Order: sequence, then C-alpha cells, then structure tokens
Amino acid sequence: MTVTDEPLVLGIETSCDETGVGIVRGHTLLADAVASSVEEHARFGGVVPEVASRAHLEAMVPTVERACDTAGIALRDVDAIAVTSGPGLAGALLVGVAAAKALAIGLGKPLYGVNHLAAHVAVDQLEHGALPDPCLALLVSGGHSSLLRVGDVTGDVTPLGATIDDAAGEAFDKVARLLGLPFPGGPHIDRAAASGSSVSIDFPRGLTSRRDLERHRFDFSFSGLKTAVARWVEAREAAGEPVPVADVAASFQEAVCDVLVRKALDAAASEGIDHLLIGGGVAANSRLRAMAEQRAGDLGIRVRVPRPGLCTDNGAMVAALGSEMVRRGRPASGLDIPADSSLPVTDVLV
Amino acid sequence: MLLTFDTATPLVTVALHDGDEVVRELVSELPMRHGEQLAPLVDTALREQGLVRQDLTAIGVGVGPGPFTGLRVGLVTARTLAYALEIPVYGVCTLDVLAVEAADSGAVAGPFAVATDARRKEVYLATYDADGVRLDGPVVDRPAELAAGLAAGLPVVGEGAVLYPEAFPDAVGPTRPSAGWLARVIAEERAELRDPEPLYLRRPDAVAPGTPKKVS
Ligand SMILES: [Zn+2]
Repeated sequence: MTVTDEPLVLGIETSCDETGVGIVRGHTLLADAVASSVEEHARFGGVVPEVASRAHLEAMVPTVERACDTAGIALRDVDAIAVTSGPGLAGALLVGVAAAKALAIGLGKPLYGVNHLAAHVAVDQLEHGALPDPCLALLVSGGHSSLLRVGDVTGDVTPLGATIDDAAGEAFDKVARLLGLPFPGGPHIDRAAASGSSVSIDFPRGLTSRRDLERHRFDFSFSGLKTAVARWVEAREAAGEPVPVADVAASFQEAVCDVLVRKALDAAASEGIDHLLIGGGVAANSRLRAMAEQRAGDLGIRVRVPRPGLCTDNGAMVAALGSEMVRRGRPASGLDIPADSSLPVTDVLV
Repeated sequence: MLLTFDTATPLVTVALHDGDEVVRELVSELPMRHGEQLAPLVDTALREQGLVRQDLTAIGVGVGPGPFTGLRVGLVTARTLAYALEIPVYGVCTLDVLAVEAADSGAVAGPFAVATDARRKEVYLATYDADGVRLDGPVVDRPAELAAGLAAGLPVVGEGAVLYPEAFPDAVGPTRPSAGWLARVIAEERAELRDPEPLYLRRPDAVAPGTPKKVS
C-alpha cells in the first residue's frame, strides 16, 4: 500500500481552550494547526467557558484553512471528518461538533464523533507507529487524570482509575497561583522546580495509604496535596519568612509525579501490560517523563510519550483516531450526534 | 438555491429559497437542541427537495441577538458550510426578520418594536418603521426599563412581548423568527446584510480572581 492510498482525515478538537485542526494520512501527520485562547483566560486564572466558546467560533474557519495550507491539500480532498464529541466543556465542544457536521455536509464525507481521551492515546501512532495491544495509558492534563487499559483504541478502552477530585493539571495551576506564577501553571512550575530541591518538603501522596489502596488503588486525589502546599506557604508567610518558590515547586512536582508514576506502573504490572503510554498536557512535564522512564525501565516496561506539542490538546490527535476508525471500517456517526460534556471513556465512537 | 437558518431562539428553523420563493421550510420539534438538530434539518431539507450540496449558491444565517450557545451553532455552521462550498454567507439581525414578517403580513400598520427572550428576565429589543426598517437597537435590558423608552401604545412583536405582558401590553404578530422570512429578507434585500458575526450584546460572565483563599 502506498502512502497516498491511505485515507486523508481532518480532525477538529474544541473541548477546552484550544481550537485544533489536524490533518493526517494514515499514520502520517500532515498538519496540526492550533489557535489557543489561553492568553484571554490567563487573567482569570483558569479557562472561562464562554470566553473559550467565543474564541472557537472566531478561530474555526481560519484554523481549518491554515491546516489545509500546511498540509498542502485542498479541503475537498479530505476523505473523512473526525471531531471530539466529548468529554469537555459543553459549549466549547458544541462549536467543534457543529463545524464538523457542516464540513461533512459541505464535502459530502463521513463524520466520526470520537472520544477526547482515546484521541490522546491514538495520537502517539503519528510518532511511534501502531499501538501495542494492549497498552496502559496515563492521561494527565488540566481536565483529566486517568489510567486506561487500551486493547483497541477504536473500541476497547477500559478505565482502571481516575482522579476523585482535581485533575493533575489543575493542581499545577492552583499551586502556581499560590506561588505567584502565571497561568497555565505547568510549564512555570516545571521551570521553577529545576533550581529547587525535590526532597526539601515532604508533601502528601494522595490515595497511597494502605486503606486508600484497597478502594482507590488506581485512583488519584490532588486536592489534599494542593491544600498541604497552601498551608505550608501560609505558615511561612505568617512567620514573616520568604517562600522558597523553587523548593516548593520541586517538592510539589515530585509528589504529583511520584503518585502518577507509581500508580501507572502498579496498574501495568497488575494487568500484565509492558507498554505505558503517557499523554495530556502534563505529559510535557520534564520530571514526569524522566521519572516514568527510569522507574519503568527498572521493571522492563517500555514508555511511549508523544512530543509535547502532541500531548496538549490538538486536532492531530482527533484526526489520528478518526484515521484509525476509517482503517478499521467503523461505522460513521450520524449528523444528529450530540456534544457530550461527560462522555464516558468507554464510548470511543459516538 | 439559498439555504437559510436561524438558531437565535429555542427552536431551529431551516429554509430553502430558489430565487423566486421559499420552496421548503422546516422547524425543529424539541427546544434547546440546536447542535443536534440543525445539521439533520439541513440534510433533510436538501434531500426532500431532491437537491445536492452543489446546488447551494448562498447561505443566510440569523446573527441574533439570542442565547449564545445556540447562536454559535448557527454561525459556525453557516461559516464552515459556506467555506467548504466556496459560496457567500450573509448574516441578518434576527429581530429584523421578525420585523419584516410583521410589516409584510399586515400584523402592524405603523411603527413598532420587536422584543425577543434574552433570558435572565431580560429581552432584546429594537424599533422599526412601518416598513420593517430598523430605527434603533438592538439592545438588551429588563422589560420595564425598555418599555419606559417606547411610545405609549406602540405595538411590540415577538416572544419577548408575549412573555412580559405587563411591560408590553400591545403584543402583536409573529413570536419567533422563521428561516423562510429570513430567506425572503436576504433575497429581496429587505434588511442590512451583515457579516456572520454574532450579536452577543453581553460580555462573558467572568471575574478575575482575588488573592487565593486561606485554607488555615
Ligand atoms: Zn485533553
């Protein structure tokens, strides 16, 4: 099969604050255009849904146009349209789903409404080739923290665990705010932590006590950690002492990564899976990547992490999953599919 | 063939106009399901008329004002469909569509106002001359505030008048905009044709955070 025989798929992603349009042919990435409204949210310290939805509407057609230009294709050459139909912010998802339906009608091509979390997994095929079956996926971002067992990314995804309160990325944002660092917090904490000591403060590891492990073996909790950091910082301030930002950032980051990696590897071992895939915006964290690779290596588990640009929300991941749907002959979605803000991860194709 | 739709009220309305007249008009059955209903209605309208997508020559869309979520479904659909088909897209103020229908159907005989539901106990309102040409607005505010600015006895068209009879005792004419009238407005250039930009009239609800709350 030559490369040009493979279907050309355009993917749209609008589940949060990034308007993403990606174009792939098979496993080959041709374009990954992203328009972000993150700067408009920065002064609010978090994503404002209405601001994100307005930005998606304005960015949609220009981003589709840019993706086609980058890929060097004409829009009419696209063989299928894929779109994130959930989970995510309801009003934001709706803009992408409506745009995808309009493309499907306007081009006379099939539509695939897909699950955002499965798309985070599928995107790795663009970098590292076909996914091992099965693989264990750790997805961590401002919106999600999940452990998944992935047999077939187009239809067999089983949730093993998830956060019971804040998402990992949310904890990064909140701690960054405590430390006076800008939004989004992830990259700033990562940078500040580089010059700090990760063992200087012993922050709690959520849901790792023996009792918690009985009920929440593969679940996460970051709200206690966030509170512990706040208490620690407040105590310093109350005592009139300077806050060692780098040490707090490093110790906090160590606590988050430790729990994420420990639980992911425990899940892999318990499922007998020897491939760990990490995705989502937090996968861009340098400590998480280093720690995962080191500890997994000791256990003989292979780690796959897409490059940072493909870990954060983007259209390429949706196109990658759509491409897999076409390749496996999955049935196209109807034009009446909803945007489902709480779409379960088991519903990979809507 | 002109395809029009409006999503600025709880129901989705879709029409096809062949240059002479409206040949098809469909309205959704369930309220507040814009995202699920618009594309199937467009698809159904085309198929039932024996048309293909290449028959479309222009798209018209109601740009509100109206509840934001539904409004965006209409606008992003109009812009994206027009882009894919490489045809022009025209926006029309949703209140203007009700105004032209009211004037042409004889529901009003002189100047009048149009009011639609803006939720949160507010309405969108604009004023028109006897021919349905907009004089002022649209604006958004509480019914009593807006009614105080209108001449006594001025007829008020639209769901906003029906919902608030105390403020607008002189409700007349159509209550919700129809895509068929939107198509006529565009085909006959009866109102300002605008870019397909939403008329939000309200800023997003968002407040910048203060200092982090103390936990201890
Ligand atoms: Zn994501």
